[in-house]
Amino acid sequence: MSVTAAPPSEGFRLSQLIYDTRYRGMTIQIVALFALMLAVGWLVSNAIANLEALGKDFNFSFLFATSGYDVNQRLLEYSSQSTHGRAAVMGILNTLVLAAAGCITATVIGVLAGVARLSKNWLIARLMTIYVEAFRNVPTLLWIIIVVAIVNETLPAPRDFRGVETGAFVFTNRGFYLPEPLFSRSLGDIDLTLLKISIDLLAVLAVVFAGLYVSKRIGSWADAKQAATGDRPTVVWYRLGIVFVPLIILLVALGFHLGYAELKGFNFKGGTFIRESFVGLWIALSLYTGAFIAENVRAGIQAISKGQTEAAYALGLQPGRTMSLVILPQALRVIVPVMISQYLNLTKNTSLAIAVGYMDATGTLGGITLNQTGREMETILLLMAFYLVVSLSISAVMNIYNERTKLKER
Amino acid sequence: MRTSVFFGTVAAAGLAAGLASAATLDDVKAAGELKCGVSTGLVGFAAPDASGEWAGFDVSVCRAVAAAVLGDPSAVKFVPTTGKTRFTALASGEVDMLARNTTWTFSRDVDLGFEFVGVNYYDGQGFMVPAELGVSSATELDGATVCIQTGTTTELNLADFFRANGMSYEPVPIETNAEAQQKYLANACDVYTTDASGLAATRATFEDPAAHVVLPEIVSKEPLGPLVRHGDNQWGDIVRWTLNALITAEELGVSSANVDEMKGGTNNPEINRLLGTEGTLGAMLGLDADWAYRVIKTQGNYGEIFETNIGEATPIGLARGLNAKWTDGGLLYSPPFR
Repeated sequence: MSVTAAPPSEGFRLSQLIYDTRYRGMTIQIVALFALMLAVGWLVSNAIANLEALGKDFNFSFLFATSGYDVNQRLLEYSSQSTHGRAAVMGILNTLVLAAAGCITATVIGVLAGVARLSKNWLIARLMTIYVEAFRNVPTLLWIIIVVAIVNETLPAPRDFRGVETGAFVFTNRGFYLPEPLFSRSLGDIDLTLLKISIDLLAVLAVVFAGLYVSKRIGSWADAKQAATGDRPTVVWYRLGIVFVPLIILLVALGFHLGYAELKGFNFKGGTFIRESFVGLWIALSLYTGAFIAENVRAGIQAISKGQTEAAYALGLQPGRTMSLVILPQALRVIVPVMISQYLNLTKNTSLAIAVGYMDATGTLGGITLNQTGREMETILLLMAFYLVVSLSISAVMNIYNERTKLKER
Repeated sequence: MRTSVFFGTVAAAGLAAGLASAATLDDVKAAGELKCGVSTGLVGFAAPDASGEWAGFDVSVCRAVAAAVLGDPSAVKFVPTTGKTRFTALASGEVDMLARNTTWTFSRDVDLGFEFVGVNYYDGQGFMVPAELGVSSATELDGATVCIQTGTTTELNLADFFRANGMSYEPVPIETNAEAQQKYLANACDVYTTDASGLAATRATFEDPAAHVVLPEIVSKEPLGPLVRHGDNQWGDIVRWTLNALITAEELGVSSANVDEMKGGTNNPEINRLLGTEGTLGAMLGLDADWAYRVIKTQGNYGEIFETNIGEATPIGLARGLNAKWTDGGLLYSPPFR
């Protein structure tokens, strides 16, 4: 044991909290924390006092009152006699559909544009530069309004189709009508009060998944056989057959046919209707976010050492396969973390939807419901909580994906 | 994270609400200008003219109050509000009063905590369709696509009307009048619905107004009027009686042309009380005796305001109809100045 000279013990002096570097950091943090708490406390008490002064209480019972308004895009059963809460659910579903569709197309567009921007083809690379710069540097709202205005102004109105033979696909300035799957011997729906599920759809999904599973088992049986004997049995026809034959039998049994939209009165009836506001938002948001993703992808690819490409070429890989098998998998670990924030941006940008008449969560809960009930505080809090939950969920999923794609260093 | 977001909202609401205080009259006098919430632009009711000056039927009410309180009808700061932001703007104190085609309803009066001081226009919701559709009644609109301006009672009336008639429709709610018009003119909707006065005003701005017809059905009662916050009764009284002064002036035949002459004294004691030559009505409101004189001198009476902004001689071309004074079979009736 070595004994060092004990420092002169003068005890703890208060001035040490400021002058002693061992304590100063702590002091500053505690003071800052107190200041923050005071500020928050003041704001909360001020808000409570002012709400009282305005004679407003804070409760969410309005969610169970009849809404009285209609929502145009309904993914579940809804009428003007439903509650404000259910109207909010309609809006939330519309937001989620738009965000999901937007994220998928934005990724596809972004990856293609990002890769193309690095192309050796001068024209393609410059065109992609123009695309990226044009979309990145103009506000989203303008793109949304422009795209929807183009759809509104250039495509024919439904009444222009009078006396015109329309086929399976109809494109009007109010939206696009696609054929819808119909079953003449339908099995009906399961009514879960909150939502109705078509038994036909469940049956089709069940058959498809069962088929895919069996097909996969046949595939692994063939793999095992090949590994054991070196001889690979030809199973491709079995694999295709096991998926498609039961499916076709089921569809015939259910009387499957396609329903086309027909002009009746003011609008087309039947078919699958995709609103022009949805299409416009989808295109605008995908192109806008796609431009950012393209830049992320380009940055990710450029972060990969050129030696990787050269090594792949030396092994005789074609440029396309080099990109998809060597470069992109490595670039992903650079791309994915920044991609998360692009997905979050896209999701939050869907709140601009009401500008073109698409009833998303901001349009129903934060728009008409807020107006009719006058509960600004409650509806905005709910709306914020919703966007927060969605954003955190996207982050969580993408982080899991990131964990799986990131470079495993051992 | 979630709590910090919560506190953020609380903070925003708190800061906004902190601006509102009880004595609006003192605030307005101290600021030297009246902050008046109007629409974002509805020709005839509230819209900036070619020189950027706000003008219109609702704007005149703001100017009348400014003339009464501050003695200067131009001492008004016009705050354009959408259907969605107007109530928050008023509740938070961003504006002192709202004169923006706002329907007086039970829940707005009682639950939202506002005070409607009267009705300056009796309106009702109507429908406008392109003439080429050949529709002559709103009951023929089954399956139509309907453009609506959001944040109004319009959505509820529309849902009720179509439900009551067993018809279906496709609502397209739009935030502002301008974008709704664009959609309607591009035929992205068949019908445009809002208050009949708004339809007339919107139609007047179209390139070819005659190509559009307003259907005869009026599906709701929309008494439009200025409103203030609950809780400041003196301010509420000032706005209420300014509006009543306009209506009474028309009834008594006082106009901007003859008000100077009548100010010299008349044989009608009510005119004398209104113009402050007799009694102390101004002092009771906390204003000077000439308040109503200034209002009528600068803005004219109700009839004059109506005719200059939205009357039959204007492009909007609205008839007095329900808005005629009660002695002419209309609904306009002011309590007496006594």
